[in-house]
Amino acid sequence: MPDAAVATSATGLANLPKAFQVYGPEALKTALKKMHLIRRFEEGAEEQYMRGLIHGTMHLSIGQEASAVGICMPLGDADYITSTHRGHGHCIAKGADPKNMFAEFFGKETGYCRGRGGSMHIADVEKGNLGANGIVGGGLPIAVGAALAIKQQGRKDVAISFFGDGASNEGSFHESLNMAAIWKLPVVFVCENNKYGMSTSTERSMAVPNVADRAVAYNIPGVIVDGNRFSEVASAALDAIERARAGLGPTLIECKTYRTRGHSRSDRNRYRTKEEIEAWKAKDPIQQFEAELTEHGLITAEEIAAIRAAAEAEIAAAVEFAIASPAPNAADLVRDVYTV
Amino acid sequence: MDAMIRELSFAEALREAMGHALETDPRVFLMGEDIGVYGGAFQVTGDLVHRFGEARVIDAPIAELGQAGVAVGAALAGQRPVLEFQFSDFAALAMEQIANQAAKIRFMYGGKCSVPVVMRMPCGSGTGAAAQHSQSMEAWFAHVPGLKVVEPSTPADAKGLFLAALDDPDPVMFFEHKLLYKTKGHVPTEAYRIPLGKAEIKRKGSQLTIVASAIMVLKALEAAEELAKDGYDVEVVDLRTLRPLDTETIIASVKKTSRLMCVYEGAKTLGIGAEIAAMIAESEAFDYLDAPIRRLGGAECPLPYNPDLERAAVPQVPDIVAAARDMLSKRV
Ligand SMILES: Cc1ncc(C[n+]2csc(CCOP(=O)(O)OP(=O)(O)O)c2C)c(N)n1
Repeated sequence: MPDAAVATSATGLANLPKAFQVYGPEALKTALKKMHLIRRFEEGAEEQYMRGLIHGTMHLSIGQEASAVGICMPLGDADYITSTHRGHGHCIAKGADPKNMFAEFFGKETGYCRGRGGSMHIADVEKGNLGANGIVGGGLPIAVGAALAIKQQGRKDVAISFFGDGASNEGSFHESLNMAAIWKLPVVFVCENNKYGMSTSTERSMAVPNVADRAVAYNIPGVIVDGNRFSEVASAALDAIERARAGLGPTLIECKTYRTRGHSRSDRNRYRTKEEIEAWKAKDPIQQFEAELTEHGLITAEEIAAIRAAAEAEIAAAVEFAIASPAPNAADLVRDVYTV
Repeated sequence: MDAMIRELSFAEALREAMGHALETDPRVFLMGEDIGVYGGAFQVTGDLVHRFGEARVIDAPIAELGQAGVAVGAALAGQRPVLEFQFSDFAALAMEQIANQAAKIRFMYGGKCSVPVVMRMPCGSGTGAAAQHSQSMEAWFAHVPGLKVVEPSTPADAKGLFLAALDDPDPVMFFEHKLLYKTKGHVPTEAYRIPLGKAEIKRKGSQLTIVASAIMVLKALEAAEELAKDGYDVEVVDLRTLRPLDTETIIASVKKTSRLMCVYEGAKTLGIGAEIAAMIAESEAFDYLDAPIRRLGGAECPLPYNPDLERAAVPQVPDIVAAARDMLSKRV
């Protein structure tokens, strides 16, 4: 939740981006910590995968940390998100504990899904995370349903749906935006446009240049932000969430971003050039955020180093926890298919 | 006669059940195409929108996948959605949300949440609506772990099973054969529940067990009357729930009668009859059989338009009678 604290800034209040003014230095440092946690979590997952300790595949969001954290900043546990196959960042940003996430990666009983879900299906319902999804576009209508429930229950909460540019070509995207719009539901659609759905570029899969252009068809605001700039994402999120809480209906936010890793572990990266990847790496969201915070006098180099070290330690401990955790009991295989 | 018992149609019984649920549980809402002022394609929701308003009887756009997902999300967020598919055939558009989301969420997420949603599925042939509006897809859904599949045959069962389905914490596919909507029967006024997963013996007999559900129960009962004229004594087991399947009742019945016939409207191949036959073959009832198990299922084709072809595509009373005579006249 924004603590409304006003930043004390060397460059003066007026020059600060809106989100910086709203959140204040302490919350912004927490945001930076979360971005580091996400980055380290995924690098750690990659390492453990290479060592053969994690099976299956995984979709890393390295390079997309700003949108996950920027969007989830103003959310409480009663607000919902639905996530995607590329969902580690959303999960951590929504408050999940990397320990239980790693345990899930390792297929352990202490994992968020007791080892039944793995990377692509982590949910943390207590924290309002209704789950990652292995189906492209699967989470969009679920978020709309959660928003419908919020409205029916007379709550002021919101539902956020993260999805990719590729998902915006699915019928579920269009059906979801239409229903959310006609029923004025408190939902925010967040497209993380990382330019590709696996190998297929947006140029080859969409007739409009921007996903946000599609908002016109549903008469809702379509906002484009630099998804690698925390301040831009966070400001757009504040506006859209405020609008949703006020009963004014949905917003479509398009975060222009990039995944620097391949689509998944099996990606051989034949559809994009080294130059393109390097150009985007130069716009790394964590480095940009740190530079921006430093520039405004909101953080020191020592503080940044300490945050990074803390994130590293937390992830190392999470891996240890996961390794030491018990495996599920095969006798419980069909335990959670039905409630009774 | 007991004043608590009146005659209602199958559709009226369902409407009464939904009305009761809307009245007593603020979490319940109905959603579907044209279920508001239109009253539903088969007039099942009827006047409910006038009693409960548009916020609880929601006319949704024609977006089956989206609607199913909305129901799943609302269920996850604490509501009790009832989704009406206009025709169960259209659930094919929503298969993603039904089979990949609703059915799996509880398991995938480690049992930490459930998806209490009822999807109402008007199904079956006999209206001349042809291939895309006449299927019986119960077996599709019954094959998916995580889904429960209910298929009532009488107005009283429809009401009791519906209320039980709505109480259930898991997703329930509630199949309603379209030709049953106008059939009438005694329906108690109170809000009773019929537990899911319990079959009912609708007619006691000693020589042959016919297992059926929905409209096939009525056909089997009619066939049994016909066969009684020849002195044959047929038992009719109404499954009521296809998943979980009440294997106990079927096994007990087969042990008593020594003969089993499964009658169902869905395509014969890989249908519910195959499951029941295999289940008996694996059970202690197998040793009691005096004749090979018989399946009477739908033809291996999409449902045809022509009324004679349409009738020929699903088991009819004379087919059941003929197959039963054949089984009863043979000794192993
Ligand atoms: C319905 C469906 N179709 C295809 C896939 C295979 N698939 C998984 S991720 C993906 C690309 C998705 O692209 P996008 O939505 O842009 O998300 P990104 O991976 O870029 O984050 C595809 C085709 C799937 N999981 N689900």
